[in-house]
Amino acid sequence: MSRITKNPREVLYQDTIPGGAHWSMQLRQGSLLRLVDDEGGANVGMLLFNPIDHLERYNAPDTLKCQHTFRLGKGHCLYSDMGRIFCSITDDSVGWHDTVGGNSNRQSVRKKWGEHNYQQYRNDWYLNGHDSFLVEMAKYGMNQRDMAANLNFFSKVEVDEVGNMHFVENNSEAGDFIELRFEMDTLVVFHTCPHPMNPAAEYPKKPVTYQLMEAAKPAKDDLCRNSREENQRGFKNTELYNLGSNCR
Amino acid sequence: MIQESQLDPSQAVLRQTVLAGDYYIHVVKRGQTIRILDLEGNQAADTLFYNADDPAERYSAIDTIREQGNIYLTAGSKLLSTQCNEMLEIVADTCGRHDTLGGACATESNTVRYALEKKCMHACRDSWMLAVAEHEEFGIGKRDITHNINFFMNVPVTPEGQLTFEDGISDAGKYVEMKALMNVIVLISNCPQLNNPCNAYNPTPIEVLVWD
Repeated sequence: MSRITKNPREVLYQDTIPGGAHWSMQLRQGSLLRLVDDEGGANVGMLLFNPIDHLERYNAPDTLKCQHTFRLGKGHCLYSDMGRIFCSITDDSVGWHDTVGGNSNRQSVRKKWGEHNYQQYRNDWYLNGHDSFLVEMAKYGMNQRDMAANLNFFSKVEVDEVGNMHFVENNSEAGDFIELRFEMDTLVVFHTCPHPMNPAAEYPKKPVTYQLMEAAKPAKDDLCRNSREENQRGFKNTELYNLGSNCR
Repeated sequence: MIQESQLDPSQAVLRQTVLAGDYYIHVVKRGQTIRILDLEGNQAADTLFYNADDPAERYSAIDTIREQGNIYLTAGSKLLSTQCNEMLEIVADTCGRHDTLGGACATESNTVRYALEKKCMHACRDSWMLAVAEHEEFGIGKRDITHNINFFMNVPVTPEGQLTFEDGISDAGKYVEMKALMNVIVLISNCPQLNNPCNAYNPTPIEVLVWD
């Protein structure tokens, strides 16, 4: 994407990924990724990596414990295992995104929705989240050893008093969105396969539109930076990293 | 769920004390039973499991909790791998609840959680890094270090979506016991954390016992 754009809210690129598909891209520090649930009920499984050191990756436990939260939404930051922030959730119309439900796999999709193979159904086949990640990750030389607990944007899994997990249907409606502002260069791997706990009778094929913009530089009173003292320190760590990587 | 064990410690084929801040790495064969014993109480044992025959397959916290439908581990929990195979089953537990959401402490995450100046304090991930550096024969490295179990640790989640760290519910002499359903590499960091009530600000030893 171009680095010379001056209008922060101008959409520089827009594309729609059909439901049950996968893609990946590298985003620079300062870019803004807006994901839109086009029809309602979408799920975006996502993993984040440092493009020059794949050993640094999205860390769900650190993201949750650094912010004492089980849900993700506006004001939260998504941490790497190195104490740095890949991206901040600068805006969000949903309020609860999941990062503990994990991924669908070949067996679970077949068990729930039957066998829909490529030979018979061509590109309407039923892909699963696990294999989708493997395909995208292999493009960058990664394999299952590089996998980690993933994000599931637009999906909600809540927990009751005794720890039982419940998938909440209709968490996201048509037009709902989330915006991620990248605080460091990041390799983004994602899919639009259904959440593994989705009880829908039919395999949900829910398209997701993504837009790329240039983010305004975080101000001193930035919501994500100041939502917790932990995030102020996470931003400091990320600034130090960017200082070093810009010296290359 | 509280479930006591019938196994006799004097019959164990292996007994090893792991001091606070040390690591433990060992293969437990399919059919063997491993017990982790909290010797002095309120300790956290940060634990990872790998398929000993193919370490690319490893314990998966998210698959384990989703498939059992509950975020806490206790007797009856089957610990699943990244390929959703059963690795171990918890067959006895006198603590009643173990965490697998909070992950391990690392020097880097300590800077975020506590203070930038705390980055040189000993942390679980450093113990794991030393373990994999000193034991290349297992074929695991930083790539394979992920989302672990915190035995004896209490991390309740509220229905509103908050994650809280509470004083441990473990006590001196409490234990958790697992039967191996495949050959597994067991990698434990006996947590050295001094900033968090997970081990009552006073890390203490654990003992690992294995029965045939």
